[in-house]
Amino acid sequence: MTITTQSTGQPSVEVRDLVLKFGELTVLKNLNLDVYEGEFLVLLGSSGCGKSTLLNCIAGLLDVSGGQIFIKGNNVTWAEPSERGIGMVFQSYALYPQMTVEGNMSFGLKNQKLPKDEIAQRVARAAEILQIEPLMKRKPSALSGGQRQRVAIGRALVRDVDVFLFDEPLSNLDAKLRADLRVELKQLHQQLENTMIYVTHDQVEAMTLADRIAIMKDGLIQQLASPEEIYNRPANLYVADFIGSPSMNLIKGKLSGDTFDADGFAVSVAGYDFSRQPSSNEVWFGIRPEHVELGEGSGPHFEVTAEVVEPLGSDTLVMTRLGGERFWLRMDGQSRVTSGDKLTIGLPVHAVSLFDGRDETRL
Amino acid sequence: MADTASQMAPTTARDMTGPHGPKPRRALSGRNIMIYGTLIVVSIYYLLPLYVMIVTSLKGMPEIRMGNIFAPPMEITFEPWVKAWSEACTGLNCDGLSRGFWNSVRITVPSVIVSIAIASVNGYALANWKFKGADIFFTILIFGAFIPYQVMLYPIVILLREMGLYGSLTGLVIVHSIFGMPILTLLFRNYFTSLPEELFKAARVDGAGFWGIYFQIMLPMSLPIFVVAMILQVTGIWNDFLFGVVYTKPDLYPMTVQLNNIVNSVQGVKEYNVNMAATILTGLVPLIIYFVSGRLFVRGIAAGAVKG
Repeated sequence: MTITTQSTGQPSVEVRDLVLKFGELTVLKNLNLDVYEGEFLVLLGSSGCGKSTLLNCIAGLLDVSGGQIFIKGNNVTWAEPSERGIGMVFQSYALYPQMTVEGNMSFGLKNQKLPKDEIAQRVARAAEILQIEPLMKRKPSALSGGQRQRVAIGRALVRDVDVFLFDEPLSNLDAKLRADLRVELKQLHQQLENTMIYVTHDQVEAMTLADRIAIMKDGLIQQLASPEEIYNRPANLYVADFIGSPSMNLIKGKLSGDTFDADGFAVSVAGYDFSRQPSSNEVWFGIRPEHVELGEGSGPHFEVTAEVVEPLGSDTLVMTRLGGERFWLRMDGQSRVTSGDKLTIGLPVHAVSLFDGRDETRL
Repeated sequence: MADTASQMAPTTARDMTGPHGPKPRRALSGRNIMIYGTLIVVSIYYLLPLYVMIVTSLKGMPEIRMGNIFAPPMEITFEPWVKAWSEACTGLNCDGLSRGFWNSVRITVPSVIVSIAIASVNGYALANWKFKGADIFFTILIFGAFIPYQVMLYPIVILLREMGLYGSLTGLVIVHSIFGMPILTLLFRNYFTSLPEELFKAARVDGAGFWGIYFQIMLPMSLPIFVVAMILQVTGIWNDFLFGVVYTKPDLYPMTVQLNNIVNSVQGVKEYNVNMAATILTGLVPLIIYFVSGRLFVRGIAAGAVKG
């Protein structure tokens, strides 16, 4: 539902054929991206995929080698970072150590030469939103990690910008605080309704915060879609493997007619919603551990042996073997399974993803 | 559980009462005697000349002629100090070291300020604003640090002469500022590189320009490295002899050159007490600088040298 409203919305940030090279190394390869007004877009990928580089290009902190960037319809490809209408929050917080919290938050406004009372008013409003009023006279060294990151967000907030850029803002925080701030960020976005672009390597952050996720690899966007879409209908093998923990079970085999066949394991995929024909009969069969049905369900079913059992409390992960590959199941945390137990599993066709064996894209 | 607790209790109690850790070593072990003995000998080796200088400078000439250089003065006199400062003769001038002192101040202060101001901006630009050809520029600059001064002595004489600055303090200040550039730029570049890059990015997003970031963000974080640069430059320029003697004229000789002229004067009696006092006076400025800012010096050297 959200997708339809966004796709009709105004593009807030447009990236056109962006190329970035560091010497011989091409980090971004003709990258295109539209971010809609008020959207929370997450750039997700493992380290070195170019996600932070892309964010730095949008911020104007890196000179692009080719292509163009538009913010609110203005070509800002060669504009200074401060002229782009962006605010940025960094992983290391990057607070100016010699200034107080107030000084940090008003620094950008002073550079804009705004009148004093306006500065005070904006800083006070941001402090109220982020609940950091008691900290205003402190130096950053006297703040905790979570407080520092709030101040860093406040520094972006006061500037009254169109687009917020976050570069792994929660990575330096401990797990509990990270979860708290994640919720606060989501609330902040709902309150402000600004466009936000958020870089992370943490898929939980991506899934929980994003309106849409752009999964990047090798300087290219692999899939740009809502979290549900990315989870349920991954566009290629990389995305399927990257999202989800444990990741999707993937088995390589042959497709003949409606039957998938791999090393002593054959399953009918009749009723699978093919988007195109495979280029050969080599295909990948994928299903998420949590989508495997236990017991004799509606679809085809198989008997497997539990080899490793990992109880997590809320769920239990069970490693079995199917078609010669490791095959994970996610079961209820209360189920009592021990290794060596025989289990009957069903593989419902509606939860299956098939990928082309050659170009590894979704069928 | 209860059993374990009761078994544990005595152990814990005993642990809490007695002293902890390994058995302390005796203060007078062979090892300690070796270490402290060596340290004391080395200290004496370094301190003895200083002692002789101070003691001699407080004696009158008759007492010095008795030849006991290690004996403390029988009668303390400050006359040699006064003479060294304001009466000792070099050539035709008989106003002591004071002239040289003020010349040195007039050379050192502007040289230090100019060289540090330029080198810090150089280092900042090289560290944060990667302009085209920055690496080549930096390599050339560093190469300058390895060229022996003697090679450039005469070309600079010609350059200064052509600019009409030969024999003036301004000329010498320019020479000192330029010669300080390679090492200071390296020092500042390494320090600024070690500062978090995201701080610089944040300031750019906040709309601060080249000078805004330099003055408002970088400078306040860089006190230690400025102290290091200041110490290096003050001691280096204050102790300089070669440039001072080559590029100025007798009226404008820095303190070191004048000290040499006093100590090595061939006329009359050698006044050892005056010479000693003059030498100490000349060395006093770097000494004071070290004492005042030694702690910051160590911090800054560590910050600038390890990273980058």
